[in-house]
Amino acid sequence: MEHSPRYTARLFVMEALTVLLALLFLVPFYFVLVNSVKSFGDIMSNAAGWPSQYRFDNFSKVWDIMHYPRALVNSLLITVLSNVGLVVISSMAAYQMVRRPTRTNKVLFFLFVAAMVIPFQSIMIPLVRVVSEAGLMDSQHGLIFCYFGFGVSLNLFLYHGFIMSIPREIEESAVVDGCAPYGVFWRIVFPLLRPMTITVILLNSLWIWNDFLLPSLVLHSPEIRTIPLQVYAFFGQYTKQWDMALAGLVLGVTPMVVFFLLMQKHIIEGISAGAVKG
Amino acid sequence: MPHRTRRFAGHVQQAVFIGPAVLFFCLIVVVPFFMSLYYSFTDWNGVTSQVVWNGVDNFRRIFMQDDDFRTSLWFTTRYTVVTVVLANVIGFALALLLTQPLKSRNVLRTIFFLPNVIAGLLLGFIWSFIFVKGFAAVGEVTGIGFFQLPWLGTESTAFWGIVIVSIWQNAGYLMVIYISALINMPRELLEAARIDGANRWQMLRSMIIPLIMPAFTVCLFLTISWSFKMFDLNLSLTGGGPFGSTESVALNIYKEAFQNNRYGLGTAKALIFFVIVAAVTTMQVLYTKRKEVEA
Repeated sequence: MEHSPRYTARLFVMEALTVLLALLFLVPFYFVLVNSVKSFGDIMSNAAGWPSQYRFDNFSKVWDIMHYPRALVNSLLITVLSNVGLVVISSMAAYQMVRRPTRTNKVLFFLFVAAMVIPFQSIMIPLVRVVSEAGLMDSQHGLIFCYFGFGVSLNLFLYHGFIMSIPREIEESAVVDGCAPYGVFWRIVFPLLRPMTITVILLNSLWIWNDFLLPSLVLHSPEIRTIPLQVYAFFGQYTKQWDMALAGLVLGVTPMVVFFLLMQKHIIEGISAGAVKG
Repeated sequence: MPHRTRRFAGHVQQAVFIGPAVLFFCLIVVVPFFMSLYYSFTDWNGVTSQVVWNGVDNFRRIFMQDDDFRTSLWFTTRYTVVTVVLANVIGFALALLLTQPLKSRNVLRTIFFLPNVIAGLLLGFIWSFIFVKGFAAVGEVTGIGFFQLPWLGTESTAFWGIVIVSIWQNAGYLMVIYISALINMPRELLEAARIDGANRWQMLRSMIIPLIMPAFTVCLFLTISWSFKMFDLNLSLTGGGPFGSTESVALNIYKEAFQNNRYGLGTAKALIFFVIVAAVTTMQVLYTKRKEVEA
């Protein structure tokens, strides 16, 4: 299907229709962008058209009200640290489960995978209790620990499938050379896992960066809010003040869109790879 | 190395490699799961430490008296069926189009995927603006009735509003999965079918769809679980309104626990929710897996 070189009339019609559909997909972005630089009156009288006057100060106002840099750093911190932890604990566990397939490890692997059908909302209520009993309420590391727990199933599963495809001989030669198991893993196996590590990190990042419900249950203080939490709080204050609200939305959406455009090749490959295994 | 120390080293290795994963998994997933089994049968209110066992009262109340929960379950079911079908049809159609040798193929793939990278919560806010102000403005200019509907104001339009946004958000993700399945089809088989004189429709029905059945298994699983669990979009787009008609089960559970402070009742609902989601997704995977063929 991919290799017919002739560009026929039929293809041209298809292309035209698909482009039209793509433009339709982009319309919401147009509305948000164009209205985020209008005055409130301008939005009310003419939401579809070009701004009669550019109001870039919408952005500077919202930047301050939302404490945007602070929210950005919070989101980054939580996403990065959760990823580091998840990669470490799930790659190690998956390695051990593949190389030492004892009965315990097989049962554990099954439990990790089976838990993927549990919806978050089914356990969020007792989870709140666990987190507060552990003294981790309203703290960023409490939230990060939660991401360890919720992310480890899928991460471990993806690593497990990948490690099975790595030939054992590579490690065995290192063992003969006198390398301890920890050294074998970190110096020899882990670098080989790179493609899967990239996939895992990208999938985790899309999820953690955009997550709302879990952080809303764990984080309460304004100083530690992530971007989705901050946008939600901001919307509560500025309901129907669309000039402010839309500028806030643009600020909220931008980091992820930029990240996607930079990383899109890896993200799209990662989703295909994750789906084949998942 | 003596036998015993080697065994000890093996245990240490097991603990170091698997311990952290098991620890966090147990603390964050397993323990709350078992707690929810217990709390479902209590009157826990989340505040006082005194928790009284009240048998199946919560479940009786949910099934006999709780109209809101029933409404939310019915809404979630309708929403799931409609969204799963439409999102997959559109995602698959996009994949078929974008595996043709179109000139703008790569840009188009990027555009269709783009909505998926944005948080559901933000998408809901974005679309609430579009439905309220954007559509109204377009309706004024063009006079087309579709844009002049009170989109988030009536029960049926609000339902379709959520469906539209969900499809816009998810079709691109499904498209990516379908594209990679289409590209990896064994070319010789398709070539053989074409030489044997199969037309486009026959090719699609008897060759392409059976060959990429594993992609359907994955995409159906993903869309079913996403739809059942919808929360962020629901909260920011309609908040469950008008009159609770678009309240998803997830939102209903959330409100029961964290707004009404009926943690025990909320946990019981959450348990029912788990049983439904687990049963439906497991049945779906078993069913579609059976349909997968070896190429």
